[in-house]
Amino acid sequence: MNMHQNLRQMATHPTKSISKRSIPLITRKTFALSLVLIASLAVVSGCKKKPAPQTATAPVATAPSPVAQLTATPSTITAGDQVVLSWKTTDATSVSIDGIGTVPSSGVKTVTPTMTTTYHLTARGEGGSTDATATVTVNPAQAAVAVPENNQTMTAEQMFKANVQDIFFDYDSYDVRTSDNSVLSKAAAYLAAHPEIKVVIGGYCDDRGSNEYNLALGENRANAAKKMLVQDGVAPNRLRVVSYGKERPFCTEETESCWQQNRRAGFSMDSSSGN
Amino acid sequence: MIFDFRFLRRLAWVGAACCALMALPVQAQDWVHIGSNIPVGTQRIRLAAADMKPVGNDPQTPVMKATFDTTLFHDLANAGIFEMVSKSMAPTAMPGSPQEINLAQWAAAPANAAFVAYGALSSTGGHLVVYGWLQDDRNAGTPPILTKQYSGDANDDQARTLAHQFADDIIAALGGGVRGIAETKIYFVSARGGSKQIWAMDYDGENQHQVARAGILSLSPRISPDNSRLAFASLSNSGWAIRMYSFDLGRFVAFPPGTQGGSNLSPAWSADGNHIAFSSSRSGDPEIWTCDTNGGNLKRLTAFRGPDVSPVWNPRTGAQIAWVSGRTGLPQIYIMDTDGGNVQRMTDGGYAISPSWSPNGQFLAFSWNRKYGPGAPGGQDIYVMDIASLRWLQLTHDSGSNDFPSWSPDSRHLVFERSINGHTSIWTMLADGTEQQQLTRTGKDFMPNWSWK
Repeated sequence: MNMHQNLRQMATHPTKSISKRSIPLITRKTFALSLVLIASLAVVSGCKKKPAPQTATAPVATAPSPVAQLTATPSTITAGDQVVLSWKTTDATSVSIDGIGTVPSSGVKTVTPTMTTTYHLTARGEGGSTDATATVTVNPAQAAVAVPENNQTMTAEQMFKANVQDIFFDYDSYDVRTSDNSVLSKAAAYLAAHPEIKVVIGGYCDDRGSNEYNLALGENRANAAKKMLVQDGVAPNRLRVVSYGKERPFCTEETESCWQQNRRAGFSMDSSSGN
Repeated sequence: MIFDFRFLRRLAWVGAACCALMALPVQAQDWVHIGSNIPVGTQRIRLAAADMKPVGNDPQTPVMKATFDTTLFHDLANAGIFEMVSKSMAPTAMPGSPQEINLAQWAAAPANAAFVAYGALSSTGGHLVVYGWLQDDRNAGTPPILTKQYSGDANDDQARTLAHQFADDIIAALGGGVRGIAETKIYFVSARGGSKQIWAMDYDGENQHQVARAGILSLSPRISPDNSRLAFASLSNSGWAIRMYSFDLGRFVAFPPGTQGGSNLSPAWSADGNHIAFSSSRSGDPEIWTCDTNGGNLKRLTAFRGPDVSPVWNPRTGAQIAWVSGRTGLPQIYIMDTDGGNVQRMTDGGYAISPSWSPNGQFLAFSWNRKYGPGAPGGQDIYVMDIASLRWLQLTHDSGSNDFPSWSPDSRHLVFERSINGHTSIWTMLADGTEQQQLTRTGKDFMPNWSWK
């Protein structure tokens, strides 16, 4: 019960008790520093923000060399499966990936390599150039030679995944990226050639923000993908939208590249007999 | 001594900085304390709760007494209006009736109590009876403020219930007629059983149990004002539907508007229990809809492109709805009339979600990340805003990611969800952000909703 009371008393006047205690502890030598700290605290408490970490080092005169990071998830697949490449660079003025071309300084792209591939990213900046690589090991599908055009060698599921690829979104956005228009056109063409296939479009979000808002946002992402497919000639009654919000993450780390993988419209074959 | 002169000048500066530091939050909190009827510091009533006097030789009596004493003290300490007299400072005698109490002893140091709650407890043949009194220590001779008998079965659950009832009676008598919250429940989502389903617990975290199970997973539980029905959103193979569970009937009851087309999310009850607001994307975009509780009178209130979700009625007037809209980009809190008119944006930026309207109609509590952006750590805090003046106060600081605040019926407390390193728990606090307490500890508990009574 005593602990209870003490906690309550401390909680009632947090600011007061901190300032009262800190004054007698201040020595002359630390005074200038304390003044700066307290002044910055006052500013910070005014706008209710956490102080930014203080950096004591002087700015570096020469340009820093670029930092680059490239990951492929998963790193081992069966031919026909998708791999998500995600990359992040800093201090780079131009970034390119061999076989893909010039890309934004950070981003995500779905690829479907048919054989074991090492993706090579080059980040060039004023401070030099940095490379990053990521290797994807591709196992042949069903003991057959990986020839994507040959329907016999891939399951219907694998064919679907190779042709109807997930698309990704910017944070808090449900606008389809122009770079994904071709992905959706390819998906529409495949669906036109396979009229028996019905599709579930899942809307996904990263795990920041509320479950409820992300369900609404995921709905809009899936609907945006649906709208594009309908524009490309797919009958709306073949497309079913389900928002998963942040309830079904593909990746659970608290990193930008992971968040990016979760901001997607994901396509799967609809096996339910419903609409 | 030039050095000392500088020293003094610096001291003055530090003093000024400290004053600025202290003045700002204290001033800012005044409106919260007044609006939520939470007294500060010495304004709190100094109350003593004596241990109950055990009566009779039934072996259950001391067991029931222990539960009752602990629960009563905890309830009164949690009320937010008392400064409780520590049990170590209370007189050693356990008064069991007005004839036995020496009020002067309780009024004197070290107890210094303004009021004392006391009584007698006995368990006889499985039946538990408590006589409770509340008395003004400094006006001996005046009749007790409260004289009441409480009874129930002699089990742990009933002992806690009787203590909650006595506590709420004391709080109503001393807290300006506003009844306490010790008998209220908190509904929430828990994934402790595997998938996310709807659970409930007492307001203090006791008695946690699953109350409904539906679909692949369920979210957003909202209890009806009369505690008879629970509305929530549930994901099945055909998408998101709003389900309605009746506690009276022990089964789901039909709610046709909640199952039609598109995702149906985030239900909310009007205070009269006659209307439901929810988010539905049946038009192709998530919008706010309202209908009668029986499903009739379906109306769409919003029409802008972008997510509209998480509605909540003004419980005082029933004439306004607050909700979250992404119509201008990042989600913000808005208010509108229940016919969709008079739309007013309440937050000025950042990422603002999950509004809860205080039962007295004065405040909105919500979750806000004021510097959301790409690469931002995603920290969210609970804020409370005075609707008339748009003044706001941050209630949580540097403690994980906080979301889904929900007001207690006395407008003095908030329950909320706090996530730290992937472990999400239910917490409560006073409406000024103090006295934060963790209620659940499985690390898999979300989206609390405080009952209306």
